[in-house]
Amino acid sequence: MASYNLNQVKVGLKILVNGDPCVIVGCDFVKPGKGQTFTKVKYKSYKTQRVNEKTLKASDSFEGADVMEKEMQYLYTDGHTWTFMDQGTYEQVEADAAAIGDNRQWLKEEDLCLVTLLEGNPIVVTPPNFVFLEITDTDPGAKGDTSSGGNKPATLETGAVVRVPLFVQLGEKVKVDTRTGEYVSRA
Amino acid sequence: MKTPPNDWRPSASMETLRLRAEMLAQIRAFFSAREVLEVETPLLAAASVTDLHLQALSCRYRGPGADGGRELFLQTSPEFAMKRLLAAGSGPIFQICKAVRDGEAGRRHNPEFTILEWYRPGWDHHRLMDEIDELLGEILGTRPGERLTYAEAFERYAAIDPHSASDEALRLRVEALGMDSTDGLRRDDLLDLILTHVIEPKLGHCQPTLIHDYPASQASLARVRPGDPSLADRFEVFAEGVELANGYHELVDPEEQRRRFEADLEARLHAGLREVPIDERLLAALEHGLPDCAGVALGLDRLLMLKAGTRDIADVLAFQTDRA
Repeated sequence: MASYNLNQVKVGLKILVNGDPCVIVGCDFVKPGKGQTFTKVKYKSYKTQRVNEKTLKASDSFEGADVMEKEMQYLYTDGHTWTFMDQGTYEQVEADAAAIGDNRQWLKEEDLCLVTLLEGNPIVVTPPNFVFLEITDTDPGAKGDTSSGGNKPATLETGAVVRVPLFVQLGEKVKVDTRTGEYVSRA
Repeated sequence: MKTPPNDWRPSASMETLRLRAEMLAQIRAFFSAREVLEVETPLLAAASVTDLHLQALSCRYRGPGADGGRELFLQTSPEFAMKRLLAAGSGPIFQICKAVRDGEAGRRHNPEFTILEWYRPGWDHHRLMDEIDELLGEILGTRPGERLTYAEAFERYAAIDPHSASDEALRLRVEALGMDSTDGLRRDDLLDLILTHVIEPKLGHCQPTLIHDYPASQASLARVRPGDPSLADRFEVFAEGVELANGYHELVDPEEQRRRFEADLEARLHAGLREVPIDERLLAALEHGLPDCAGVALGLDRLLMLKAGTRDIADVLAFQTDRA
């Protein structure tokens, strides 16, 4: 992969920092009137989403990262890897547990996910912001409860556990925000 | 359908351009009232600065008197030509002009920018700082600036003595700022990093800050006072965390000036930078006699940024270089 000097650095450029793929989110040219040029670069890690800052001198450079983000369809898992397919090319990739992380609990077959690929291999899988999942286990709840009342835990078909209002029952489908893990409504 | 390109439009608002015109008129009135003569000097010249950290763009002139073509440098500041006028007896002078520097673009830099530069024969840099206070008072409505020595600024904002701290201590401090490697950085580079990253953002917030008594190693074209440590009669002006101006009690000794030019060329050679011709006409003017004087260059685009309340130089330029 190409290496970038500081004149090529710009927001959106994908780079490797100590082997970690990152995207540049800010850069600032610093030069005292009578001194050397420095560049302050802010970059976000694809894996941790954390933003860090670095100061570089004119002779420094970045290693480029072959990172691509692609919408792919989730097909299935064998418990060790999760398989996704590019709907345009039918090309399939396998994501490991590290790339899936806690997001495994939202993956439903045939849903479209955003897959971040480093040299073709998935490193991050982002589920849709909202998923529609069936409740496979929850207490029936006391009679007379209303929608303004309390809530209870419910296990969804993918294994995720979310808190749902008492009136929502086993077998119903709910809409969940995967970014917060919160129940939104009945689907 | 393709959207028509939008980059023909100015990057500054019309309101800011009016503010620029008003500022230029204020500056001219300021100097006219003080009987400082406005001058114009060449943008294209046979020589350029030797400074390790300033890169001049050059072009080739072909025509009468230069059939084979002649390299001309776009000036990074009007300093050398203005000093030749002073040596020729101009008296106090000022200039508002474009300056051009290769390799400089960012939120506070544009490859071509506007400089206000002026010289006061018979003055030292302290008296010139008083006049800067008056000028900034008129343009920005600020009170007279706070004055700190370079050492005081480092002690107050970075808790480090810039003159006595070891190179190792400076290196550790700079690494803590998020530099991977300080290899190849010299002591002055380390000091610059602490100044730009730690100190500068804190300067000039209620009133401008004027920093003087720079280390002799950063004298540039200022005279140096021998001592321990020896200090340069150089100052810088900061307002709202922005470096605004750089001035000197000017070096007038032609031999010392030649030594500094030659030391610069040596440093350029080491850094793999192109060799540039020494400005022999400036040296000849110093031989003839540059009056004792103080001079300063102030970035007018940055001054307008402060006046207009923006942090991006593109907002005060009719057309930044990207869309020029």
